[in-house]
Amino acid sequence: MSSQAKPVGGPAIYNRFTRYLAIFLGIWVLILLYRFLTGIGTVSGLTDGYPWGVWIAFDVVTGTALGCGGYAIAILCYILNKGKYHPLVRPAILTSALGYSMAALAIVFDVGRWWGIWRIPLGGFPDMGKYNWDSALLEVALCVMAYVGVLWIELGPAFLEKWKATSKKQGLVKFADIGLKFYDKALIWIIALGLLLPTMHQSSLGTLMLVAGKKLHPLWYTGWIPLLFLISCIGMGYAVVVWEAGVSSSVFKRDRHDAMLTSLSGAMVVVLALFLILRFADLIYSGKTTMMFSSGFYSVVFWIEIALFAIPMVMLMRGKDRANFATMMRASILIMFAGAMYRFDAYIVAFNPGKNWSYFPTVPEMVITLGTVALEVYLYIVIVKRYPILSGARAVQVRELEGRA
Amino acid sequence: MGWRDDRYGVPLGSPRDEGVDRRDFVKVCMMAAAAVGLPASAGLKMAEAAEAGLKPSVIWLHFQECTGCTESLLRTSHPGLAELILDLVSLDYHETLFAAAGYQIEEALEQAMTENDGKFICVVEGSIPTKDDGIYCKIGGRTAIDLLQEVGPRAGAVIAIGSCASWGGVQSADPNPTGAVGAPEILEGIPVVTLPGCPANPYNFLGTALQYATFGTLPALDDKNRPLVAYGRVIHDQCPRRAHFDAGRFVRQYGDEGHRLGWCLFAMGCKGPETHANCSVLDYGEIPNCWPIGIGHPCFGCTEKGIGFTKPLHQEAALPENAYPPIFPDHRSSAGAAAAGVAGLVGGAVIGAGLMASKKIAEGGSEEESS
Amino acid sequence: MTMDRRTLLKGVAAAGAGAAVSAATPAEASSVRPTAPPDAVGMLYDATRCIGCRACVTACKTANDLPGNIYDPPNDLDGTTKNIIKLYEEDGEKSFMKQQCMHCIDPGCVNACMIGAFKKREFGIVTWDIHRCIGCRYCQVACPYNIPKFQWDTALPKIVKCELCTHIITDPETGGLREGALPGCVQACPKEAVIFGKYDDLLADARQRVADHPEQYYPAGDPQIFGDTEGGGTQVLYLAGVDFEKLGLPELGDEGVAVEGRNIQHGIYKGFIAPVALYGILGAVLWRNRRVAKKEGSDE
Repeated sequence: MSSQAKPVGGPAIYNRFTRYLAIFLGIWVLILLYRFLTGIGTVSGLTDGYPWGVWIAFDVVTGTALGCGGYAIAILCYILNKGKYHPLVRPAILTSALGYSMAALAIVFDVGRWWGIWRIPLGGFPDMGKYNWDSALLEVALCVMAYVGVLWIELGPAFLEKWKATSKKQGLVKFADIGLKFYDKALIWIIALGLLLPTMHQSSLGTLMLVAGKKLHPLWYTGWIPLLFLISCIGMGYAVVVWEAGVSSSVFKRDRHDAMLTSLSGAMVVVLALFLILRFADLIYSGKTTMMFSSGFYSVVFWIEIALFAIPMVMLMRGKDRANFATMMRASILIMFAGAMYRFDAYIVAFNPGKNWSYFPTVPEMVITLGTVALEVYLYIVIVKRYPILSGARAVQVRELEGRA
Repeated sequence: MGWRDDRYGVPLGSPRDEGVDRRDFVKVCMMAAAAVGLPASAGLKMAEAAEAGLKPSVIWLHFQECTGCTESLLRTSHPGLAELILDLVSLDYHETLFAAAGYQIEEALEQAMTENDGKFICVVEGSIPTKDDGIYCKIGGRTAIDLLQEVGPRAGAVIAIGSCASWGGVQSADPNPTGAVGAPEILEGIPVVTLPGCPANPYNFLGTALQYATFGTLPALDDKNRPLVAYGRVIHDQCPRRAHFDAGRFVRQYGDEGHRLGWCLFAMGCKGPETHANCSVLDYGEIPNCWPIGIGHPCFGCTEKGIGFTKPLHQEAALPENAYPPIFPDHRSSAGAAAAGVAGLVGGAVIGAGLMASKKIAEGGSEEESS
Repeated sequence: MTMDRRTLLKGVAAAGAGAAVSAATPAEASSVRPTAPPDAVGMLYDATRCIGCRACVTACKTANDLPGNIYDPPNDLDGTTKNIIKLYEEDGEKSFMKQQCMHCIDPGCVNACMIGAFKKREFGIVTWDIHRCIGCRYCQVACPYNIPKFQWDTALPKIVKCELCTHIITDPETGGLREGALPGCVQACPKEAVIFGKYDDLLADARQRVADHPEQYYPAGDPQIFGDTEGGGTQVLYLAGVDFEKLGLPELGDEGVAVEGRNIQHGIYKGFIAPVALYGILGAVLWRNRRVAKKEGSDE
């Protein structure tokens, strides 16, 4: 499958914007070094009561959910679009690939004995092949590892196209040619994997918190949590695609494909509605109706969460509103916050290990999180400028862009 | 007094007993002062006052007692303190030490009280029986209650020495057949300094008596009128074996390895945690470690009413509860202004930038737009 | 994009399959309730006998080679403390509380550990394997008693918790129990407030104590043995004279915390059937869509 995508061109590694990212990333590296040399406790607010904090709740859980743009787009494009490739797919896959890679990076600096991570897919070493299939976290880890690979493989055509078109090395051109032919045949099986894997692990990220038992507040503890996580992640994926389309089109002068996004919005109203219906049905059926109002602080948090899901649903209900790109973007912000808040609540806010424990991230901890975001943005810019990811450029503007220092 | 060589343990009244060094005399005064927490300068003053003949008059009453407290005072061994006691205080009435007896000694008592009315120190040794109008202790035909109620109110200060005089002592042990009580219960309304112990440490007595004699004041007392400086802490808090307690090294049987290594006697029923006294820091008879725990026997709480002669020897003491972690130790961390600030900033920036950008981008559409 | 009926049906079918794969049915009660292994060992702690001397705290440190300063003792379990004595005193009630791993019969930590570093081994003892642990701390999330502790301030952290002094009580060659060997805390206790033995014997002992002195234990009259059924049962049993919740033992149902999540995971992923099936369906749908698209001659 070829595309109309083209590299944006222009200086990537160090330009007017990325220089600031580079400085921030320099600080980030230093803090990370300190963390690796002195331990997690010295840079973060994590404690035995709250062993999982912002690095898990945001970088891993929310970060991968935001990285479900590729997943959301793939469901709608490949399943419902007659398999026709759509220009929105490749940038979404890139965002996903980077998002999941950053989540994997976050895992490396969050876990205490990171040098053993390679043992997970082996089932241990040297005592290999022993997998604890009871563990939801094992499933999440294996799926995420596989999915990171799948995403970069799905991006393969972008790299191969560029190498085939512009490389001076004969060998590389031939390799690219063979590769692209392979993709022609095999891509659908890779895409199918890219649809299966997030379904599995995004829901299991919810199942993870069931082992917390009574430590998780009953308004969030439910056997339906995997489905709620999955549904909300699809919504978040869509929101990221809208944003990615909007920002890229503005910054890099690309088509925005409003029509496709508008029809996606219609599907998202359904997704948000499903989430809310399931959430309320489960709570009412489990006899927790009064609890929604009588839990003090937790009630407030709960209703804010519900509002963040309900408001964008209402915003996108009318066809007129869906066609308005500004409305779509604003609704998308709310959906992203809704999904993020739902995850933060399940992992941190509604998690109560017992009396006299509390958690708030420290400044270095937050800098480390922001650094992964900065790195993701940085890599996105570099790749988008050098490889054919975005499509629909207007020639004049591209030349102007490339003429800019 | 002339300067002499150090003499050690010269028996009372022996041919060689020609008095003692001044150095030793001053040393004793210092020790007595230290026993009540007074500085060395006070000790010196005490010595000077004694040399100048300003000796307090002491009237010493004996009731239901074993005379152990007197003996303990006399058994201080270095230097021979017997004479020193007689030089530091004017012992105007003492049944054990006086040569006189009968009507003579009763006249001596009357004379001493008249001469020093309102100024003498009345020392009470032994408990006072109260059952059957106190007939179980009579001296010269008069009950202990009568005697005490006559002498006590005329004293400048009343000191009850020993547990018997302080609260009843061994006589008051169940079933207390004589109804024995301590001096404070007989002299209601009159402040009685109590120096419990079985026997009381002589230096606690000396210090208290000399402070009164020299300065006219009594040491600070607790709610049972015991000098705080001696009885303010429990044995457990000043015990040389405390490290063994804290580390969980307990003697389980007399003669076992732990016993031979000097481990904690708590499991053997040591009442140290419940007993106020300074036995571990103020040696008896000036011999280091000369006290029950020092020789390997658990403290039985001789100073403490309700413990000594009441709780069985090998029954465990109640431990003081201090410094135990609570069930939910406080592990909370405050957000910190900087962290909260950064979080707020980031959150606000994301929302703000998002709203601004959506407006800008939407307006821009697919048309040319400068970013 | 127009959506014809066929495409819509295909989409719904795929979505339905996806939902079926991830649908979490509310957990049914586990049909097979985990029980303690027949040779299970454990401890019985009777808070009414404990005098709070803390000999067990020091003994644990010695037995497990843990650093510690008795003059600045720990106030909770932590990265160098596997056993602690705490005091509850309020409203005239008083009780000491010994805290260490409960060696649950259906442990949350064992279920959670993705690398199998936590295992319920011989005699039902829950142990931690330094050669496998990644330090992800999911075990800390899972434990309802908040027992596993992490070493936060070192570059090479471990997870630290009581392992019933396996290295003392078992013989590495035979794998059996050493005759007369006791965990450090049990050895040190001067009042036998904590005792070690076969789980069945300890449970019987606890039941006997409760039968003999029902007024001495909580709730008076019909005392409860904590660990008998709580959280799926624990091999360390507790008797106390005050409410267990006041001693920091959480109120738990009869099932282990692992049950619900395990039922969902097993329900969905049993034999990998559902994921493989979904993969097949997705692949087929995509393949068919692509063929349709090629046939319709749409440009790519």
